[in-house]
Amino acid sequence: MPSLGADMDAGVLQEWLVGPGDAVRKGDPVAVVETAKSTIEVECFETGTVERLIVEPGTTVPVGTPLAVIAGEPAMTAEPVVTTGPAESVPPAAGRPAAPAPSGAPAADATLAPVARDVRDVRSPLVRRLAKAGGVDLTTLHGSGRGGVITRADVERAAGAAAPTATPAARRLAAELGVDLSRVTGRGSRGTIRVAEVRKAAAALAAVVPGGRTEPPAAGPARPPAAAPPRPHVRPGAARIRATPLARRVAAELGVDLSTVPGTGECAAVRVADVRLAAATPRGTGLGPSAPRTPSAADSAAGPTTVQLPGADDRSTAMRRAIADLMSRSKREIPHYYLSTTVDLHAALTWMREHNRRSPLPERLIPGALLLKAAAVAARQVPELNGFWTDGRFVPGSGVHLGVAVALRGGGLIAPALHDADTLKLPELMAALKDLVARTRKGRLRGSETADPTITVTSLGDQGVEAVFGVIYPPQVALVGFGRVVERPCAVGGLLGVRPVVTATLSADHRATDGAVGARYLAAVDHLLQRPEEL
Amino acid sequence: MNRAQAMTVVKESLAQAVPGADIETLAPDEKFRDALELDSLDFLSFVEVLAERTGCRIDEDDYADLTTLADGAELIAGRVP
Repeated sequence: MPSLGADMDAGVLQEWLVGPGDAVRKGDPVAVVETAKSTIEVECFETGTVERLIVEPGTTVPVGTPLAVIAGEPAMTAEPVVTTGPAESVPPAAGRPAAPAPSGAPAADATLAPVARDVRDVRSPLVRRLAKAGGVDLTTLHGSGRGGVITRADVERAAGAAAPTATPAARRLAAELGVDLSRVTGRGSRGTIRVAEVRKAAAALAAVVPGGRTEPPAAGPARPPAAAPPRPHVRPGAARIRATPLARRVAAELGVDLSTVPGTGECAAVRVADVRLAAATPRGTGLGPSAPRTPSAADSAAGPTTVQLPGADDRSTAMRRAIADLMSRSKREIPHYYLSTTVDLHAALTWMREHNRRSPLPERLIPGALLLKAAAVAARQVPELNGFWTDGRFVPGSGVHLGVAVALRGGGLIAPALHDADTLKLPELMAALKDLVARTRKGRLRGSETADPTITVTSLGDQGVEAVFGVIYPPQVALVGFGRVVERPCAVGGLLGVRPVVTATLSADHRATDGAVGARYLAAVDHLLQRPEEL
Repeated sequence: MNRAQAMTVVKESLAQAVPGADIETLAPDEKFRDALELDSLDFLSFVEVLAERTGCRIDEDDYADLTTLADGAELIAGRVP
């Protein structure tokens, strides 16, 4: 499980896009992962052949957990890459994602590397004892302590997850029937799983799986989910979803999976309004809509063993918490300094209006695109602000990957990257921006987009404020803000004129740069916007 | 195209450009950009959909006439035969 952003410490594997035997290349999307903030396509870290999938869809695993084994090309397997090994968790602070999938090392290597790591990193005898008592496999554990060290809390959490509370009889029955207890909601006191719930889960499995076979318990990682999978872990297969024809068409257009949409029509049929609602929810294809599911719909469409369906409230709570954690960390660790300047946009907007008059609609620009381009080119010109503060020093970014803060309609914020934004021509940048915003709101981003912005831009331009002083996304070192474009009286050529202006601000990390560098950056932005034809 | 038809196509375009927006609760003279919290990208995609569905050219100078459903319907009704 790669770290898909500094604010992520675990993710739900929603769906595999590849299967065993598939050839994959570095950069191919291989799986869909859901984090507190969005649904992300995870790109493969290696080129090779998928040997086996370790984590089942619907499972929550911490960052650093191996998801699949990829057999690399012979030359690669000869050299087990320890740094990308399964349990080598890269602390989110490193700014770079951990390996999206285990290294090219074959399974044997994958199990060897972490063992060596344990000896090194798990120094506390208490942690070792706890792990032993709780039946927790330290080699698969993600350490949340300093430098990825496994802490007592990690072990306790894992032990709690690994062993859902269940009555002894329920455990016996579950073993007999092949029911995975981690996927069963306990209804006894304090959530203890009882025989009745196991029976119900088993019956449901038999009903859903063709031929009445029960699904084998989750294979692989010794870490069943703590918060259980919100997705049906048994695919409904041919089970037909009741929906109106229009709803089907709209669902297809919007890329909404009907099986995830709770129907409010007759006999729980899915109507257009339901599909739109699902599409509008950031997690349209995932969790949000599953909460209001009626029991009957859940029985037929989703595995009834699904546990604790997070509703829209939980979703937004998780999003809020992710933002809260990251922003608190930013304000705790980063000594911000703030600069502000007013930029005359007369030249830029005149040029843009002319461009738009000549261009067909799909090629029209918005002022925001010009501002982003200027921010990106200025970041190339002042590279001290483009990169990460890691391990007590500044590490420049490779290329300008402009994080663009996108507000989600359901509330919350994601800032995925426009890769190499400084090199895109304006129409390209505009197209990339449209695509990125649409996918952010629909909930289908790529791992590399969420993981590696080198500097972020926030623009509250359409919400009526003139200036925004942002909070830096760690481990980045700068955040650029643009306010609303407003008409203001200005001194132009010794006379008073009315000009469209925008307030550009910079929040920067004083550890990495001083005010003079920040001032140079804002001056560069201003300068670039006076020559829009060169942008 | 009469006003009623124009109104329908404006509403449908808005619904298509901004999935999930609650168009039915909008008053005809309400500023929908504010009411639906559309950003400039949303608005641009609304204009694209509207132009495509009506075959009508919509320039940037027309944006000022596209702030409410009623204004939008008027603009379209006046341009589409």
